[in-house]
Amino acid sequence: MRALVLLLALAAPVAFAAEESVRLDAAPIDPRDVASLQAGARTFVNYCLNCHSAGMMRYHKLTEIGLTEQQIKDNLLFTAEKVGELMNVALTRKDAKDWLGTVPPDLSVIARARGPDWLYTYLRSFYRDRESATGWNNMVYERVAMPHVLWMLSGQQVQVERRFKNMEQAEAIGRQQKNAWKIDTLTPEQAGKGGEQFVLKTIRTEVPGSLSQLEYDLVVRDLVNFMTWMSEPNQLERKRSGYVVLLVLLVLLVFAYLLYKEFWKDVH
Amino acid sequence: MAATEKRPVTEAGPFNGLLTWIDQRFPLMESWRSHLSEYHAPKNFNFWYYFGSLALFVLVLQIVTGIFLTMNYKPDAAQAFASVEYIMREVPAGWWIRYLHSTGASFFFICVYLHMFRGLLYGSYRKPRELVWIFGMLIFLCLMAEAFFGYLLPWGQMSYWGAQVIVNLFGAIPLIGPDLAIWIRGDYVVSDATLNRFFAFHVIAVPLALLALVGAHILALHEVGSNNPDGCEIKKATDPHTGIPLDSVPFHPYYTVKDTFGVTVFLIVFSIVVFFVPEGGGYFLEANNFIAADPLKTPLHIAPVWYFTPYYSILRATTDEFVLWVLTPGVIAFAGLIIWSVKNTVLRAAVAAVAIVLLVGFFTLDAKVWGVVLMGVSVMIFFLLPWLDRCPVKSIRYKGPITKAAIAVFVVAFFVLGYLGTLAVTSGRTVAAQVGTAVYFMFFFLMPWWSKMDKCKPEPHRVTGK
Repeated sequence: MRALVLLLALAAPVAFAAEESVRLDAAPIDPRDVASLQAGARTFVNYCLNCHSAGMMRYHKLTEIGLTEQQIKDNLLFTAEKVGELMNVALTRKDAKDWLGTVPPDLSVIARARGPDWLYTYLRSFYRDRESATGWNNMVYERVAMPHVLWMLSGQQVQVERRFKNMEQAEAIGRQQKNAWKIDTLTPEQAGKGGEQFVLKTIRTEVPGSLSQLEYDLVVRDLVNFMTWMSEPNQLERKRSGYVVLLVLLVLLVFAYLLYKEFWKDVH
Repeated sequence: MAATEKRPVTEAGPFNGLLTWIDQRFPLMESWRSHLSEYHAPKNFNFWYYFGSLALFVLVLQIVTGIFLTMNYKPDAAQAFASVEYIMREVPAGWWIRYLHSTGASFFFICVYLHMFRGLLYGSYRKPRELVWIFGMLIFLCLMAEAFFGYLLPWGQMSYWGAQVIVNLFGAIPLIGPDLAIWIRGDYVVSDATLNRFFAFHVIAVPLALLALVGAHILALHEVGSNNPDGCEIKKATDPHTGIPLDSVPFHPYYTVKDTFGVTVFLIVFSIVVFFVPEGGGYFLEANNFIAADPLKTPLHIAPVWYFTPYYSILRATTDEFVLWVLTPGVIAFAGLIIWSVKNTVLRAAVAAVAIVLLVGFFTLDAKVWGVVLMGVSVMIFFLLPWLDRCPVKSIRYKGPITKAAIAVFVVAFFVLGYLGTLAVTSGRTVAAQVGTAVYFMFFFLMPWWSKMDKCKPEPHRVTGK
């Protein structure tokens, strides 16, 4: 019977009727842009690869984005001794639980689980929140356990709410935002006399960081580009071989068709 | 038979000696002739007849790629997820083998569903091909089991929670359910023990059964001969001298070359997915399955892979209201219809008894139990097709408007249920799934009546056109 209750619970809809999710920005990534991938790799090992591992990714694989073994050794090898090792971190699961409350997920294939657009929007959507344990919150991932690791680059943001009487107006303003935005719908009682039911939530930079917003967006773009490449390092080879295979099959198709027609020409 | 009594092989050029030696010890030439070069297949096979040989092709592909995956995969809860990524990243061409296998799973179902739909269109299950159909259905069940066991192996979140949900379905069976579920898992939750046994089933037990059943399916087919898009029996018009059906061609070389063309077209479509969109838009490889299984984190939305979603929708559609307002009157009406239609007193009493047992069950057991029952029935009902269809003709070409409309509505219901099964539940979607479920079952349960009422055209004596 417990199993059934569990089953029911799994099938049940999630009850956030009024709260909608953030519109994700399209990540302007390109897995063939080697410079961007290398810049992303630098950001990744410097900022992410302390708490998060990428335990299915070998340092040596970075030679495929144009780095030499010496370059990897000199610039990127913080958590291992040899380039043949995996991108693991020293943080144990138990320590992570004690210190951070949760185990930071391995990031090897996170881009395939979340999608590049989600990552791109998420990393640009942190804002200051006094009520959370880390002092940070996120537009995309409400009450996320991760603090804003890139804050020295991006500066500190705060959440801004604006109320509107209709959805179209709120959406129109939302689309003009350079950052993530979402619209929550209040019930008429919550909205009160004014009837402004639609709350546009967005973020605004309060304390600037070392980078402008444009520069920061580029850093995140490169990072997400790298993480997307890392989630399937063979993706370019896959596509390249795909064209060859299709070409061979198309040639085979011509012969297979002619053979079929030749044999069948006498069947009426 | 003594070795020397068989006549020597003469048509194989330089291999005559070798083939004669083999043939005198093994029915080589006889098998070749009866299943290929002298198996007389109707000459009017159309597009729909490609999918049988394509399904066989995919079966071979799955077995070959599966062998190579097994060389690097680790059936261990602590290593399984990483070993799949090891195959994807470090095994030479491992990503290719893995994508062939994962895409092959979905294409296996595409081929088998289209193959079954062909049977539905042209009445391929009708007398004398009932056993061909039953073997085919057993293959379909094995394929579902194979897909289910295999889906746990990557040990992602969807693997894990999908298996958890499906095994829990067995827990819904009254009395023995909870113990049965533990027996299947080998543990109180899906765990390393479950992964190991599912691996055993996936790589050896079910494939053996599949191969044996495919053999039986083809032997049964070759015993009775293939149906064709006109549904007439080609054996009725034979050449008076040779006894060969006039409307037939030898399977080899005619259908071997035609199917080679079919396989090439298939490979082109297949390769586009494998090389350019291996996730299949999230339908072939689900995004959540790139997160390693975590027994402590239940995903918000658990959906099976697309090929199971129509049945999953039926399971979810069976709510208390559905049992009360649809199943209960449905069983009463259906029992009444049978009792009104048949004259046999014993049969009438049996139907009434079954109906009463069901009605008592509806009011005593949980709706979830009936959901599981309906899901099982929705698959098993296909076994009965040969006896449900009472049309005088086999092929849709000569069936009347009722059949055409019924099949069209059924296909729509099947797709709607399948689509809804991939989505999270809302009250509106549940109603839609309930309508779909009702249509799905009415198609089968009322078939003996509507197929008999339908105005059919006479079947031709010989096949028409191409």
